[in-house]
Amino acid sequence: MDWTDFSTMDLLDRLRTGELTSAAVTAACLDAIDQSNARLCAFLHVDRTAALAQAEAVDARRQRGEPIGLLAGMPVAIKDVLCTQGEPTTCGSRMLERFAPPYDAHVITRLKVADAVLLGRTNCDEFAMGSSGENSAYGATRNPWDLERTPGGSSSGSAAAVAARMAPAALGSDTGGSIRQPAGLCGIVGMKPTYGRVSRYGLVAYASSLDQVGPFATDVYGAALILEAIAGHDARDSTSIDCPVPSYTATVEQPLAGLRVGFAREHFAEGLDAEIAAAVRTALDIYRSLGATVVDVSLPHSPYSIAAYYLVACSEASSNLSRYDGVHYGHRAENAKTLVEMYSRSRGEGFGAEVKRRIMLGTFSLSSGYYDQYYVKALKVRRLIRQDFDRAFESIDVLAGPVTPTPAYKLGEKANDPLSMYLGDIYTISANLAGLPGIVVPCGFTTDRLPIGLQLLAPPFEEERLLRAARMFERATDWRAKPPASM
Amino acid sequence: MALSRDTVLKVAHLARLELSPAEVDEFSGQLGAILDYVARLDELDTSNVEPMVHSVEVANVLRDDVLVPSLPRTAALANAPKTDGRYFLVPPIIEG
Repeated sequence: MDWTDFSTMDLLDRLRTGELTSAAVTAACLDAIDQSNARLCAFLHVDRTAALAQAEAVDARRQRGEPIGLLAGMPVAIKDVLCTQGEPTTCGSRMLERFAPPYDAHVITRLKVADAVLLGRTNCDEFAMGSSGENSAYGATRNPWDLERTPGGSSSGSAAAVAARMAPAALGSDTGGSIRQPAGLCGIVGMKPTYGRVSRYGLVAYASSLDQVGPFATDVYGAALILEAIAGHDARDSTSIDCPVPSYTATVEQPLAGLRVGFAREHFAEGLDAEIAAAVRTALDIYRSLGATVVDVSLPHSPYSIAAYYLVACSEASSNLSRYDGVHYGHRAENAKTLVEMYSRSRGEGFGAEVKRRIMLGTFSLSSGYYDQYYVKALKVRRLIRQDFDRAFESIDVLAGPVTPTPAYKLGEKANDPLSMYLGDIYTISANLAGLPGIVVPCGFTTDRLPIGLQLLAPPFEEERLLRAARMFERATDWRAKPPASM
Repeated sequence: MALSRDTVLKVAHLARLELSPAEVDEFSGQLGAILDYVARLDELDTSNVEPMVHSVEVANVLRDDVLVPSLPRTAALANAPKTDGRYFLVPPIIEG
């Protein structure tokens, strides 16, 4: 039985009954990794023995009739920014090349409680900074649909792993689109929860007011399942919100009557690839055919979102990354004679170019004389962006639109032009500034057979609505596909 | 407009980041271009807008002042680049 032929719901059912053992599914994933990882560079670290031991332990408990958790032995790949006790956690950086955290992230604990099998550590842009995977210190992950192209970033390895069926699900993190963009470019489902829905304890911090952990899966049910397992209040993250987690899997199959689907006029401006625009418009027609009304809305501050994001995110990053100083963990430069020399050389040697750029930008915008003009100004524009959404959601239930302005571009194409890379974040970034949940589902292919994604956004804490709306579209279409085996 | 070499070095020092001469040149141009781009925020009148630091605004999240176990010393030192088993060792801070 090939697990990759099953929907996530079918796979879970067969794992629960024992028709498929966790050991068999895990072994199949490990074999797929052995076969494809040299080509795709999706995983940074896999411990075959440990993964199979986890799987066998779940199988043994099930065979003894003991209760097993929500994920029933399903393998889940983990983006290398989530602390797992005793396991290498590099964040795609030389700075943490030999770092092994002394504790588990909250979401890792939640996965263990749910009896997931932690399959391995996936590649990512360094410290989650990037939109293409090219900023990893350990090599760029490739898009399983075209090995010359980016899978998107920063959760590049997690997206490629699920798209190439090396894992049925994965965790990523999303600060400006780092789950949603790779999901769109790789033809899978990816979701960023509302800010505060999932605990950030143990997520290596990039921008603390923007970061969220979320799932990748091959279908909407899979995203609902993983979210249900990891969401919820955690006292160790003071930004984690104390409100109940609905059973997303219990309601995801229920369509929404009278659904009002909005689209933003500003999202269809020039710069959007014609095939993507056409696929998204077709998606809106599908919603109409399902009985939804489609409403155009305006998000007038959209053109300012990238500028606001990069000032806020880089300012927060410059503060968060000041902990990498060679003192407690991470790379330390040799033969430094003074403390300041040790800091400066350790950081100069340990960080890659993009990380340095963002630290520099953040430090500048927080510095005396510039703080009001840059950082505070960006925070004010942030509120305007949030108000645009609040206003839009008075007349719509979900906002639909493109995920990226272009399909997957070739590796190296934007490497020397950071600003051009940043401009690709236009559709995803506002949701992080506003704290909104978003999901991406596949909605087509280009003539070059590259995936096209559809993004849906909802008001804060409306993940249930978002998943049901996404499932309505998924059920009415058939875009779930595996890349050609020859890749 | 490129950032001056002096500004780049000053910011790098604030960030405790040692840059090579090539990096100083490269960042001078790239950061200048990015700052030119973000200047568009000045087009917006935000005189009556409060800054929004967090998207979901909670305040004063506290716990009771009760002693709970913390990270054991060996675990805390396990990743230390240099340690004597009790402390993190660093180069001298104060001369003499």
